[in-house]
Amino acid sequence: MPVEVGAPYRRRLRQALDDEAQRTALDRATARLSAQRAQALAAVDNPRLRQNARAIRQSAIQDLPKLLEQLEANLLTNGCQVHWARDADEATRIVCGIAEKSRTRRVVKSKSMVTEEIGLNHALEALGIDVVETDLGEYIIQLAGEPPSHIIAPVIHKRVEDISELLQRELGMPPTDDPAVMCAAARKRLRQEFLNADMGISGCNFAIAETGTICIITNEGNGRMVTSMPRVYVAVAGIEKVVHSVEDAALLWQAASRNATGQNVSVYFSMSSGPRRHGHADGPDEMHVVLLDNGRTRMLERGYGDATLCIRCGACINACPVYREIGGHAYGRTPYNGPIGAVITPLLADEPASHKELPFASSLCGVCRDVCPVKIDLPRLLLDLRSDIVESGATPRSERLAMKAFARSAEAPARFRRLRGLARLASRLPVRPPPLNRWARTRALPPVPRSGFLESRKRRDRDGRGEPRG
Amino acid sequence: MSETSEPVRPRVALFVTCMVDALYPGVGNAAVELLEHHGATVLIPEHQTCCGQPAFNNGYRDEARRMARHFLDVFTPLIENGEVDAIVVPSGSCVAMVTRFYEILFDETKHPHDRRRAASLESVTFELTQYLVDVLGVTTVDSRFPGHLTYHACCHLLRELGIDAQPRSLLAAVEGSEIVDLAGADECCGFGGLFAVKNSELSTAMGRRKVRNIRESGADAVAVNDVSCMTHMNGLLERERCSCRAVHIAELLNAGGDRDAG
Repeated sequence: MPVEVGAPYRRRLRQALDDEAQRTALDRATARLSAQRAQALAAVDNPRLRQNARAIRQSAIQDLPKLLEQLEANLLTNGCQVHWARDADEATRIVCGIAEKSRTRRVVKSKSMVTEEIGLNHALEALGIDVVETDLGEYIIQLAGEPPSHIIAPVIHKRVEDISELLQRELGMPPTDDPAVMCAAARKRLRQEFLNADMGISGCNFAIAETGTICIITNEGNGRMVTSMPRVYVAVAGIEKVVHSVEDAALLWQAASRNATGQNVSVYFSMSSGPRRHGHADGPDEMHVVLLDNGRTRMLERGYGDATLCIRCGACINACPVYREIGGHAYGRTPYNGPIGAVITPLLADEPASHKELPFASSLCGVCRDVCPVKIDLPRLLLDLRSDIVESGATPRSERLAMKAFARSAEAPARFRRLRGLARLASRLPVRPPPLNRWARTRALPPVPRSGFLESRKRRDRDGRGEPRG
Repeated sequence: MSETSEPVRPRVALFVTCMVDALYPGVGNAAVELLEHHGATVLIPEHQTCCGQPAFNNGYRDEARRMARHFLDVFTPLIENGEVDAIVVPSGSCVAMVTRFYEILFDETKHPHDRRRAASLESVTFELTQYLVDVLGVTTVDSRFPGHLTYHACCHLLRELGIDAQPRSLLAAVEGSEIVDLAGADECCGFGGLFAVKNSELSTAMGRRKVRNIRESGADAVAVNDVSCMTHMNGLLERERCSCRAVHIAELLNAGGDRDAG
């Protein structure tokens, strides 16, 4: 049974852990992506690449207000229409307004997590507009009626055999396990969608302030068609996507590609600087850019600015030992999962407490920080979020009391030593009290010795001999 | 002042950690014996308790601060008075707590005194194998382990402290053993403190992967530097009926050598 993203956290976790097909798919894909990444980074001076990528992102965030003004001015000069959206509702209203005004019936989209973030497809569909995802992975999950489970590889939770079955059912494709055949079957259908579409919608990887350019990274060429074939093109960009220059974008493009898929650079890098101009053979009649805040400013204000440096490469997700077991849907109704998702999902939400489990769904192993191309200290951000959640009073009363008692006893060594005796007693009970019961369900408890190290040392010193008394 | 021309023995304070104190006195004894064998004088402060990591990792910073202050009360004077030169800890994650996370707990403006005290410990607090190799210069150990041995890199030790070569070099010096590769040796075992009970099924899934890799390695023992990870791995190894066990590196380095003969 697939994971229901709308189910409570515990149920999602259980469903994910029980889904053997998904676990096989995740094992295969995360291992492959991580290996490809390692190879691509071995070919370059990765410490320097990280240093530079981080510096570029930091400088952009430092200059955010100024860069956004510059971006807006240059987009306007290029003939774009610029819209500012405070939150998801405002952003979907803006895009729906553009669709209505341009009498849009059909929309083609390139893969975009920010439009998932704001629930754009549902809003457009509610107006009776056909919305078709054109990235192969996104197209597959759209056919399956599921949300993406990974920011780079949205269908990572499905095995190739599951995808084949789906395409046979939905597109009448003959049985095959050859990805090229599956791709061709989808492409044939999608070509018609491109030709019929009134509007193309993309996200944005980088928005270049000095030229007024929206950049998207793709591998299938669908992005270029989305941005150039329909008469209206709408790009939705988180405000943190802005960078100073073309050079900055080029370096981040490389960093993202190597870290995401292990490519030197992606197959396509589509740069859109406005609608079709006089004398141009193609391009949209209108180009709109929606600049979205939706919690990003709040993230900066609350001291989580590091999270806005993210370039959405997914390296932390592929490396994460938690994600590998449960996949993206277990993180709930959010397109952002894995370590970065556990940080930004609660921060972007109106109600951070509605995602309060996510920052705790990590063993803090730190591999995410080690692989991050912009050196985001994700474990540190998770620790800070945990502290915020505790301070907001959202953790169970029993836990709060236990922590208080534990801390108090640690200040009184004699009392602290007695905890061992309690543990010894508890571990011997036929029915173990929490949290020991949750440990002991799958793991043996270690025997608790009769006396602890410090106690027996003390006794040994007092007795002046080498053996503790029996 | 020393009146003889004998080289001065380094003096260290052992922070044994609350888990070793409560559950694994043998690991504590092995750490003491190892340090003494390699020339250090070991002081064991009686009033030590916990570094505060369990509270800190779970977001309870007020509680963590109280525990950290107690740690500072016990250990800072020993360093300041020159009673010891270093604090040695048989755990990577507890060292990380002191040398990396106390800085987060003690804000420069709000807690300047504790911040200073914590900072004074940063460069003198060592994980056991780090101290043996980097400070004492240990290259050989008098220990024997008959069988296949492998190494699991505990997360905080490896990724917070960057300690990896030290324990591996000491293990390579253990006599009678053959070191075998462990696939995913640097991947988390799934313990993660309260994570192991708050997300017990997820933690177990991560641990079972570790068990599969251990089984495939053919090792008789897995050396680890943290008893927390050791407890988790052994809890699973036992339930999964795998005869291999995780063993704290102090016990391995102190095992079956000349000192223990007979």
